[in-house]
Parts: sequence; structure tokens; C-alpha cells
Amino acid sequence: MIRDQMTRRTFLKTGGAVIVGLRLGPMGSRQVSAQPTLSAESFLGKTVAPDAVDGFLAIHADGTVTLFSGKVDLGTGARAALRQMAAEELDVPLERVSMIEGDTALTPDQGATAGSAGVSRGGMQIRRAAATLRQTLLERAAQRLGRPVGELEVADGVIQPKGGGTGVSYADLVGGQRLSLTVDQKAPLKDPARFRVIGRPSRRPDVPGKVTGGHRFVHDFSLPGMLHARVIRPPAVGATLLAVDESSIASIPGARVVRINSFLGVCAEREWDAVRAAGQLKASWSPGTGLPDQTRLFANIRATPVVRDETLAARGDITAAFAAAQRSLSATYQWPIQSHGSMGPSCAVADIRPDRATIWTGSQATHRFRFTSARILGLPPDKVRVIYLDGSGCYGMNGHDDVAADAALLSRAVGRPVRVQWSREDEHGWDPKGPPHLLELRAAVNDRGEVVAWNSEAWLPAPTPDLPSIPLLAPEAAGIAQPMGRSTGLIHQNVDPPYQFPNMRAVIHWIRDTPLRTSNLRAPGKVANCFAVESFTDEVATLAGADPVEFRLRYLADPRGIEVIRRAAARMGWRVRPRPQTIDPRAPVLVGRGFAYVHYKHSENYVAIGMEVEVERQSGRIRVTRLVCAHDCGLMVNPDCVRSQVEGCILQGLSRTMFEEVTFDRSRVTSVNWTDYPVITFADVPLLEIELIDRPQEPPVGVGEAAATPVPAALGNAVFDATGIRLRTAPLRPDRVAAALKG
Amino acid sequence: MLRVIVNGQPRDVAAEPDTPLLYVLRNDLGLTGTKFGCGLGQCGSCTVLVGGQAVRSCLMPLQAVAGQEVTTIEGLGSPERPHPLQAAFIEEQAVQCGYCTPGIVMAAKAILDRTPHPTDAELKQALTGLLCRCGTHDRVIRAVMRAAATMGGR
Repeated sequence: MIRDQMTRRTFLKTGGAVIVGLRLGPMGSRQVSAQPTLSAESFLGKTVAPDAVDGFLAIHADGTVTLFSGKVDLGTGARAALRQMAAEELDVPLERVSMIEGDTALTPDQGATAGSAGVSRGGMQIRRAAATLRQTLLERAAQRLGRPVGELEVADGVIQPKGGGTGVSYADLVGGQRLSLTVDQKAPLKDPARFRVIGRPSRRPDVPGKVTGGHRFVHDFSLPGMLHARVIRPPAVGATLLAVDESSIASIPGARVVRINSFLGVCAEREWDAVRAAGQLKASWSPGTGLPDQTRLFANIRATPVVRDETLAARGDITAAFAAAQRSLSATYQWPIQSHGSMGPSCAVADIRPDRATIWTGSQATHRFRFTSARILGLPPDKVRVIYLDGSGCYGMNGHDDVAADAALLSRAVGRPVRVQWSREDEHGWDPKGPPHLLELRAAVNDRGEVVAWNSEAWLPAPTPDLPSIPLLAPEAAGIAQPMGRSTGLIHQNVDPPYQFPNMRAVIHWIRDTPLRTSNLRAPGKVANCFAVESFTDEVATLAGADPVEFRLRYLADPRGIEVIRRAAARMGWRVRPRPQTIDPRAPVLVGRGFAYVHYKHSENYVAIGMEVEVERQSGRIRVTRLVCAHDCGLMVNPDCVRSQVEGCILQGLSRTMFEEVTFDRSRVTSVNWTDYPVITFADVPLLEIELIDRPQEPPVGVGEAAATPVPAALGNAVFDATGIRLRTAPLRPDRVAAALKG
Repeated sequence: MLRVIVNGQPRDVAAEPDTPLLYVLRNDLGLTGTKFGCGLGQCGSCTVLVGGQAVRSCLMPLQAVAGQEVTTIEGLGSPERPHPLQAAFIEEQAVQCGYCTPGIVMAAKAILDRTPHPTDAELKQALTGLLCRCGTHDRVIRAVMRAAATMGGR
């Protein structure tokens, strides 16, 4: 059943105008909820133009506001923060603003919800639209009230003369009129000093539903007549389907096979029957195209042809500086292939008709997927509607677009709505991966202990220019043409250190290939790059005979960077140690502290992290006992959501550093469950101390990525402090640590 | 037809006896708060209470719970009348994507029933079989400790 069925259309469709209408929900008044009580269907026909105010906003006759956001809430709290931004600029109470997200028929294309840009870019677009609307309504009120705009003020959606007198509400002004408004990029934004909604830790509207079970995820969505389906992936990467024995599932009531070339699925009325059929179906496959030997992963990277070199940074003359230097150091750092590892395997529902299609998905980019799915289905894009429903946290492009393509092909084949739920093995085995990173770093210091040269080189898989979206599994298996290539997110950033060394160079060697399909994985590349750069910074500090914190401060000029480092060090009670501590060779547990810093992308957040660890000599097990973080993201729209994201970045960052590595044999991924791909558990969680620095006059930057990036090096540096051993390959698994400790 | 008492209501279910309880709850009874996470009993997203014990519903055949009392996240409380645990999760905003949340709340219910005032370390240990990918752990601990305090050992 579609739960959001609307009984009565009470809106006015006004073409390119602000949409107005009395919109009473079933309860009589609009509840603030993540999922509107009124059907989104009531808005069909509105503009979704991103340069139109009514692309983003509708003011209703009862004074409530609907925000149409192309950016979606992936579990980050954007649903709270984006509403706050709209309410602030409009001067309406937050409770009156509801939000519709990621529906290609209703919301503007604001690009993918990725790159931690939901608030920093998407939210700023919304603020501009709201500011334009507010300004226009002020001008209209001035006419209506016979007063100049300068004598008017807005409070709770009512415009009135300053100092009192008869006012007029937004709803009264907009009601019955057509307003065709283009977003004015110069519309004045509110002075942060006057913020009343932004900067408050407003609660996320979806939390009550999520803790009581009523919140509807895409996994929970169903349609009348819907079939449950599973897709059977090949036993080896690149294998093609030779034969299917449909009689092998004859005993399962209603189960049917769908085969399109090598795309193989089973559908059934009941979900358990689909699960059983998928397990029971006999199919034979060709050998796969093969995967390289994982034990030679990093050797192979060095042997892979370089497509082109890209110089990220060049300052001074490193050749001369290295030649003249007294002491130099070089090291190689390796970061493994990692998975998004979503808790809920990807799921989607598709209802494909001969002439149109509707797809419900947890996609980060419904507009982009509309074009992708239209191409797969051979439908004009305007006949395809893609609707976002919460997925399980994805942290980049997991299997969400793959599973939606699966559902689309199956629904078209069977002529009924189809829900596809991936298995755990599907998700871990087939989600696009974060690629491996190989970095070689070299630095030199003079006899005064000053760094005179730094060289970073990274070998990374080359992205395909202008690739509209990554190749999906279903069309590939079904033999449907699609643009081929690789997408990774911006994995090259922060290969160059943030420090002011006199001679410096950073080069990316873009290599031709990498073993598994890739996509953006949270803080793409920066987690790996900062592991190398900030670990090596500690190595150079040791060479220079400098304390790691003091060393960093010595080469920084940016006051915001300096402040996070000072704050984290102070909070931690950092004790200056210009040289490594003496390690007691008999101590069963070794204790150490480490520090790391990032200026994210050299343009966004400033984050410093300090860590205290214990290392068990025998087992190699690392226990992080305390973690301190100082974080500056400019303006904080919702400080509690910021804190929550920083916590999540840190704990997921710890998980990736300590445990996570995708494994594969010569034919397929073998880390396909939580035993083979372990992640952080409750018992691993350290004492967290987070200091958030609020800078209301600075623009907000994203908070979903940056704090993850100093985590690996802070850990590696702490392990070095504790043990005297430098670990340059992640994850820092106990067996690796124990082996290193045994020498 | 097998009978199960779900959230206090007797429910007759026409599903194959080997159907995992998870699918019965979600598809036959419309209780979609309980989530599919792995189907392997590794993550705990599908945790419900059977006779007061936390069980992984993805591995529990329907016939094994016939006649027994099953409590799901929906049976614990509602947005209007949340259980103290749910109220504490809201108070602490101990949710990111929220997919693992129902399973963790149900496991925490069983933990507090057994150990009304756990220490931090006991609680972390007891929750260790429950996975969260977003990194909400710290808030979850705070929420469960808050609930333990409000429930006063009840």
C-alpha cells in the first residue's frame, strides 16, 4: 500500500509560480515529520528548475512551508539542517517547514548528495532561494501596507511595521497570485548575528520514527502486486551465463526465473521464496575474466602503466634541495581496497510500465539515476520518475544504483512492480570499492633540523573524464550498452602536505587500471593520503629531533589550522617529546600517544586529532583508550548534527584503519560477510572528546568526511610512540602489529 | 497456519514453517521496523525479543517461535508513547542512518532487563555483537545509560 495516499487535492497548481494551497494532513494539522503526511503527489506539475524559487519552496495558505530539496538526508541530519537554513532566511518557525527530498518530479537537480556538500552547496542554494522569496514578499508587503521596505520586519512569517501596526502574512501575500521568481544570486542573506534558527541543535525529525520502527526506509516500501526478487551474480568476476535449469526451483511456489543474457534473477510472491529460489537455482557459468594475485596488489600497482602525471604542488627546487641536504628519509605507504559496508544491503523497488517508469531508491543522485535508468530502459527521461527513500547509510556509492537497475530490468520483464533486496554477500562482494592507494614520500632536513625538501608521489587509478555515472552490473550482464569507465571521487587531494616547506613537490601518477570496480567511498582518497602524509610528517619530525606537535606548528601559517592543533594538544595534555620514548622490551602492554592534522582539501575543514593507545605485545591488539579532536568547519548550522557526523567520521575512520580490507582470490571477492570484513564494535570505542569551533561569519563546509582523514595517521603515530615500530600498511591488524613487534 | 503472539496480539500466519521470523514480521504482519542486515546472525539488525530473550529473527524459523511471545521495536513504544529506551535514544539523538537502531534498542532492552545498571564496560561488551556502520556507538552507550538511570532498575 502506498501510505501517503492523498484523499483530496487542495493545492493550486500555478505553473511557474509559488504554489499555494490549504494543506491539512489527516491529523488536521501538519506534523513536523520526516515523511510528509500529505502526499507528495499533490505537488506534481510544479517546476523543478534550480533557478526558480518555486523549484525549492512553496508557501501554503495555512502559513506552512514545503522545502523541495534535491539534496537528501543520507543519515547525516541534512533533513534538520536544510530546513533550518530555509526557516532562517524566510523568518518562519522551523516547525512550519516540511521537506520533500530527492524526487525527480518535485525537487530541483542539485547534483548528487556527495562530497559532503549537502549543506555547504545545497543548503546555500536553498538559502538564496529563500532570501529571494523573502525579499520579494517584503516588497509586496510594502506596496500593500503603504510603507517602505526599510520600515518593515518579518516575524514568524508575518511582515509588519517595525514598532507595531497592521501586518500581512506570507500566506496572505502569496495567496491567489502568480509569482514567477528567478533565484536572485545577490539576494541579501541574513547577517549571522541575527540567526535564530541556524546554529541551534534542532532535533532531527526522523529520529522518533527511526527508534520506534515506523520510519520508512526504501527496504520497507511496497506496492500492490509487488514481487520480491533476488539477482544471482556470477561466481567469478566477468563470467557469462551458459545455462539455467529452471526445473531446479520448480518446487518453490510461484518462483520464476528472469534471464536477460547473463543477467539472472528470480521473482516470487513471497520474499522467503525468492531467497530460497536464489539459493536453489542451478546455473552454469563460464570461467571469469580473472583477478590479479592479491598478495602482489601493490607490486602490480607499480607495474601498471601510467596514463599521465599530474603535479598537484611544486615549490622551489626539490632536486637541488635533496642533493644539498644532510639527511633524508623515504617511505612507502599502502592503503587497502575497502568496501562501503552498509548495514542494510542495497534495496530498491521499481514499477516499470511500457511507457513510463517509477523507481524508489536510496540513491545519492536521483536526477542522475533518472537519466541512467531511462537509458537502460530505452525510455525518454521525462517518462522516468526516481524517488528517494532512506537507504541504509551508504558513505558514497554502494550498491544503491546497481540494485535499482536490477529492479528496473526485472519489473520490466515480469510486468509487475518488483522489489530487489541484495544479500549480505551481494553487498560486500559487488558494491563498487574504494581503490587501493600507494604513496612514496621523501623528505630532507638540514643540520639545523629544518625541512628543506618534501616529495610526495601517489599511484592512483585514473578516473574517466566526464563519465556520467559508473557502469552498473545489471546492464553489463544484460548486454545493454552503457558508458564505460571509472569513477572514484576526488582521490588525489591532500597528497601534498599542508606545511610550508621551502621546496616541495607532489605528483599523482594516474595508472591505467585497478582490480575491482570503484566508486567514491567516504572522504575519497583523503583517508589514505593523510595516513601517508601525516605518518611521514611524524617520521620527519623524528629525523629533525622535533616534537610532533611543535613540528607541525612550525610549518603552519594559517591561524585556523594552528588553533585546532593547539586546542587538541591542550585538551589532550600533550607532553612534548622531541625524540621517541624508550621502549621497555618486557612490558606486555605498551602505551603511546599520537597526533595528526588535516586542512581538508586545503580549502575546507581544519581538524586535529590526538590519540592514546595501548598495544598488547603478544597479540598485537591495539586498544584506543582516548581520542581528542578539535574541529573547525566554519559556520555550524546544527551543532549537534555536526558533532554526530564528527563522531561518525572518527569511529568509521578507526574501523577502516584497524580492521578493514577487501580480500579476493583469482576469481572473486572473498570478504563477503562481517567475519571476513570485520568492522569496529562497541568494545573498540574509545573515550571521545570533541571540541567544535564555531565560526558564524565563515561559510559552512561539509562535515561528513573531513574528521575521518587524520584518524589513521594519529593511530599509526601513537602505535609508533608506544612500540617504536612504524606501520605503513593499513589496516593495522593485530597479526601485522604482532609480526612487526616480533621483528 | 501457525500462531505467534506479536506485541501482545495473537497472530495467525500462513507462511511455511521454515520461514525466518524476520520475513513473517516484515511481510506478513507489516512490522517493517525489524531490519534485514545479513541473514547470517552476524550484525543484529534483526534483533527482536522472544519470551524476553534477544534473538536474531533472520535465523529463527517461524515454527520455532510458534505460540511464543514476540516483541518488536513497534511493540516497545511509539513516537507518542516511547519506551524509556526509545525516549533516551531520541534525547541523545543516538541515530545516524538508523538502520541498525531497532535491533540495538531491542538488544539493549534485553540487556537492561538482565542487568539494570551496567557499567560502561559491561554495556560495551554486551552490545559487541551488534554492528553499527555510521559510528553512532558513543551516543548509543549514552542513551542506554540514560535509560538505565530513568528506568531505575525497573
